[in-house]
Amino acid sequence: MAGQTLYDKLWQDHVVSTHEDGSALIYIDRQLVHEVTSPQAFDGLRLAGRKLWRQARNLAVADHNVPTIDRDKGIADPIAKLQVETLDKNCAEFGITEFDMGDVRQGIVHVIGPEQGATLPGMTVVCGDSHTSTHGASAALAFGIGTSEVEHAMATQCLVQKKSKNMLIKVNGHVGKGITAKDIVLAIIGKIGTAGGTGYAIEFAGEAIAALSMEGRMTVCNMAIEAGARTGLIAVDDITIDYYRNRPFSPKAEHWDMAVKAWSNLHSDADALFDKVVELDATAIKPQVTWGTSPELVVAVDECVPNPVDESDSVKRDSMIRALEYMGLQAGQAITDIKIDKVFIGSCTNSRIEDLRAAAEVAKGKSKAENVKQVLIVPGSGLVKLQAEQEGLDKIFIEAGFEWRDPGCSMCLAMNADRLEAGERCASTSNRNFEGRQGYGGRTHLVSPAMAAAAAIAGHFVDVTRISGGN
Amino acid sequence: MRAFTKITSLVMPLDRANVDTDAIIPKQFLKSIRRAGFGPYLFDEWRYLDRGEPEMDCTNRPLNKDFVLNQSQYQNAEILLTRENFGCGSSREHAPWALEDYGFRAIIAPSFADIFYNNCFKNGLLPIVLNAEVVDSLFKKVTDGYQLTVDLATQKITTPDAMSIDFVIDADRKHRLLNGLDDIALTLQQADKIKEYETKRAKQAPWLFTA
Repeated sequence: MAGQTLYDKLWQDHVVSTHEDGSALIYIDRQLVHEVTSPQAFDGLRLAGRKLWRQARNLAVADHNVPTIDRDKGIADPIAKLQVETLDKNCAEFGITEFDMGDVRQGIVHVIGPEQGATLPGMTVVCGDSHTSTHGASAALAFGIGTSEVEHAMATQCLVQKKSKNMLIKVNGHVGKGITAKDIVLAIIGKIGTAGGTGYAIEFAGEAIAALSMEGRMTVCNMAIEAGARTGLIAVDDITIDYYRNRPFSPKAEHWDMAVKAWSNLHSDADALFDKVVELDATAIKPQVTWGTSPELVVAVDECVPNPVDESDSVKRDSMIRALEYMGLQAGQAITDIKIDKVFIGSCTNSRIEDLRAAAEVAKGKSKAENVKQVLIVPGSGLVKLQAEQEGLDKIFIEAGFEWRDPGCSMCLAMNADRLEAGERCASTSNRNFEGRQGYGGRTHLVSPAMAAAAAIAGHFVDVTRISGGN
Repeated sequence: MRAFTKITSLVMPLDRANVDTDAIIPKQFLKSIRRAGFGPYLFDEWRYLDRGEPEMDCTNRPLNKDFVLNQSQYQNAEILLTRENFGCGSSREHAPWALEDYGFRAIIAPSFADIFYNNCFKNGLLPIVLNAEVVDSLFKKVTDGYQLTVDLATQKITTPDAMSIDFVIDADRKHRLLNGLDDIALTLQQADKIKEYETKRAKQAPWLFTA
């Protein structure tokens, strides 16, 4: 009999019961809760007179709607304010631990989970947010759910799920200097497409993945959903275990030793069978820039905007034509000729300390270009912000003319006041370049933090591996 | 949840691939703490020529006449016909809420994004996967007054020319949707099994049960 994949092991560890049609009741170890997808779930519980199955397995934070400036003045938008206050009220009523807006531990739900040790290797982790796949970086079976399932997990600590197929994406060899986790995952999405992972749990492996820090691994797993997969996974190794040592919610004393022993089995067996295997050559990956309105519409920085005429599939060709029109680009235009209006460095994809360090290294001693109206640096959590300030990164950004903000989702989805105006073009370290995502009529190009900082300085896209200061 | 059994309805063709959840319901509407009332903002950025805001009265907003939702021949359609990877992007259940609130009951596409597909079943919406050639042939046939009958019990779509198209759906999802069942109540029937699992798991992984 063939061995098990990492996904098979995690699934098996959490099956409460199986149904005739192959679906199963799966136990959920951790639910992360935020203000946007939870109010209707709490309402549902109240209506049915239901309680939480295990209060302590829920952890809440407001992130999508919070302001990133002048926080002491509260939230100006009354509808957003009500939503955040509703979360506070619901958490108090149902007895859920919440990091509120004034707490230094507040931040983007997918940044604070690992940071606090609240999401751990071997856990099942859910949240009403598709980027829950982020937590798979520590070999947690983590996936995004809708509000009905948020309510279901609150009431039962379980979800009915159908097992996904297994996909292995091996990134062989090592990336070149200045190439980051973001470039790796954008290259993967460019190769398999935004629906390439639909129906699969993707395990990322290979030398280039093993060489990444936990922060980098989170960036890769974060965007598994952009390849269509609800779940991204990376095996546990020493980097994982070192990361979780002494985190506030991490296991203590003899439980730590037991956990480390259990976690060491969280990898696919050598003879495990995958339904699909995709391989990439890490040495061939260049800095990536998306040009369209889907993350799969991506090229290397030294390439040109593709021509729809060269696409044989008519549905894809139509999408490309629409994307070019929306983005205000011409086929054949060099990526490095694209000028930008704004830069956003942040989001659950790229707002961790390593991301800020990479951006600061590029920006050090330089200033933003005149044509760039605004550069927002939004740390992923209050603790990331604090650490960055201790390292002096905030000063580098401020001297470069960038704005140093408070933590939250911010301009990744522009639910708060941080947004693009119609027609504005942004170099963004976030995860989605959909129409209107960063603001009505806004145009998004997804890049790594180093590439975003380099674009802020130059005023247009540049190859960060060819400029001084790029790491 | 409203049960889905059988409908006969007009079909609205939305001829785009990768229709994402930001397009289905833009983020500004996600600030609502309610579950209903998203229908008037469905496809807001494609449907109207101005910029939509939450709680806005939509009756006098300028319409994008080129967008299929605004074309008179498709009014009151309960079936949406679209292309591959429909519902990609976020997990927001506001997307199926908006589609259902607008009046759609079934969506036909060659493929759906996983989370969206799953969310549909919680809201009485039936997502139907048909192969791309069949979807393409339906796009060619949809004209004024074109109706389809969708029967969940027999898993069949019937065309006006009496052609029958079978579709596949998991038995458990079908059962829940046909009967409009409450998922949480069903799971709570297994409370003993959940407790049994917890007891066993607490021995293997006690650090998950310290609080």
